Amino acid sequence: MIWNQPKECMSSADKRRMQGERLRKLVERVYHSVPFYRNKMQQMDVAPRDIRSIDDITRLPFTTKQDLRDNYPYDLFAVPMSEIVRLHASSGTTGKPTVVGYTRGDLAVWSEMTARALTAFGADRNDIVSVGYGYGLFTGGLGLHYGVEHMGGTVIPTSSGNTAKHISLMHDFGATALACTPSYALYLADALRDCGMPREEFALRIGIFGAEPWTENMRREIESKLGIDAYNIYGLSEIMGPGVSYECGFKNGSHIGDDHFFPEIVSPDTLEPLPVGEQGELVFTTLTKEGIPLLRYRTKDLCSLDDTPCECGRTAVRMSRIVGRSDDMLIIRGVNLFPSQVESVILEIEELEPHYLLVVDRVNNLDTLQIQVEVRDGFYSDEINRMVELKRKIAARLQSVLGLAADIRLVEPGTIARSEGKAKRVIDNRKLV
Amino acid sequence: MKTIKQLSVFIENRTGRINEVTRILEVGGINMSAFSLAETPDFGILRMIVSDVEAAHRALKEAHFGVNVTDVLLVTCANEPGTMHRILEVLAREQVFIEYMYAFSEGEVANVIIRPTDVARAAEILQSHQPC
Ligand SMILES: [Zn+2]
Repeated sequence: MIWNQPKECMSSADKRRMQGERLRKLVERVYHSVPFYRNKMQQMDVAPRDIRSIDDITRLPFTTKQDLRDNYPYDLFAVPMSEIVRLHASSGTTGKPTVVGYTRGDLAVWSEMTARALTAFGADRNDIVSVGYGYGLFTGGLGLHYGVEHMGGTVIPTSSGNTAKHISLMHDFGATALACTPSYALYLADALRDCGMPREEFALRIGIFGAEPWTENMRREIESKLGIDAYNIYGLSEIMGPGVSYECGFKNGSHIGDDHFFPEIVSPDTLEPLPVGEQGELVFTTLTKEGIPLLRYRTKDLCSLDDTPCECGRTAVRMSRIVGRSDDMLIIRGVNLFPSQVESVILEIEELEPHYLLVVDRVNNLDTLQIQVEVRDGFYSDEINRMVELKRKIAARLQSVLGLAADIRLVEPGTIARSEGKAKRVIDNRKLV
Repeated sequence: MKTIKQLSVFIENRTGRINEVTRILEVGGINMSAFSLAETPDFGILRMIVSDVEAAHRALKEAHFGVNVTDVLLVTCANEPGTMHRILEVLAREQVFIEYMYAFSEGEVANVIIRPTDVARAAEILQSHQPC
């Protein structure tokens, strides 16, 4: 089934005309209501009248996460706050999050996009979906929630955190679909196997997985362990949230809602657009967004696009799996983490040397984060309690900033490699390919 | 009873780390007369009484160990039943909290290393009460 046949299966010529028209209006709007974009365009000597078709998009300025931070909290909003009905935020590298605002219209588009995704996964109004993403500032929980309701399905707002409860809710309420991170799905699969309730008592058939990169191997493992069809849903809060792209029954790339989000692939080094099919950094322009419209937002996600027709009938361009990042961001248990966030906390703790090493692994299908730090000379104690207390203090400070629990390891002086230039700060032992 | 210097070394729970400490002491010709090891799942603290605290401190720091020197009390008493109890009784009665202690005895003599939270006050109390 296809949720919005006219939009999802539009001919390429019609789509480009529509994208061009929407881009023209978008540029007009941001030029007049967002000083940041007006200044940028004036610096580049581009005026709204120069944008006539979607091909002119390459004349427009890029937007980065840093721009969002610099304009914290509301300076990139294109409408007055009276029009904004929802805020979401993602963690930032220096403690300040990046904030996004949605108008009623934006939320309607979001619900529509998520309903398109759910329909592409084979769900309909008869499905009961357990949403295991966190509800809160993170877009995962509420994004899926409203999508399921919009489609007409039943949503169980399970949220994240309690696996035993999650299993009994899915069991008792007859959940047919599960939305969470793929690594949590694997963890849940093991817990489900050991819970004592036979698989036949669960109605589960569809998995809706996103918020972190995953692989075909993980898909196979999830599908065989849970006995479901597992689908990728992609999104980022800066653009909208989950539903920016989604797989169809052919599981061969994720269809981008390109009537609302225009994708480009650019070289992360030169920022030059790359031909379709080549791998590079994914860039989105929010063609219809009202609250915080973004021109050419650099996602830092590396992937490629495929505009050949899909067997499912959708013409919406497909993106490959995310193969990496053009920056050093890590995604751990669905939470975005920049090593610089860890650094900023460590620099503030006087008992510590300014060196650290992050060791990321996946144990029993759950991401683990170990942070190795060295105690500064003069702060070593002969008392175990003092050292344990110091460890606890570091862990608490990091957790409050990162929003993520980490295993703190005090290591001997000089253990962490020092080097001029780019020191190796991260060891990621997760196998994602 | 006297106040002496104790050397403590931060050691990760990895094979061979204590050997490295003893090797450095051997190379430096430093004798270790008593030691104790406190541990957590990922690190431990090795506390020692050595013949030359300064030399040991220097050598271990050069080898990048996290080292600390603290005052502890060395109580020497007769190696017979009840002495240890009398020492602890005196300290408990005066509300002196002991972080940790370790002991070694040889023939007629027993030596106890005590690390009270307040070393000076504990020393004063033991001095005036002379439990052994
Ligand atoms: Zn398709």
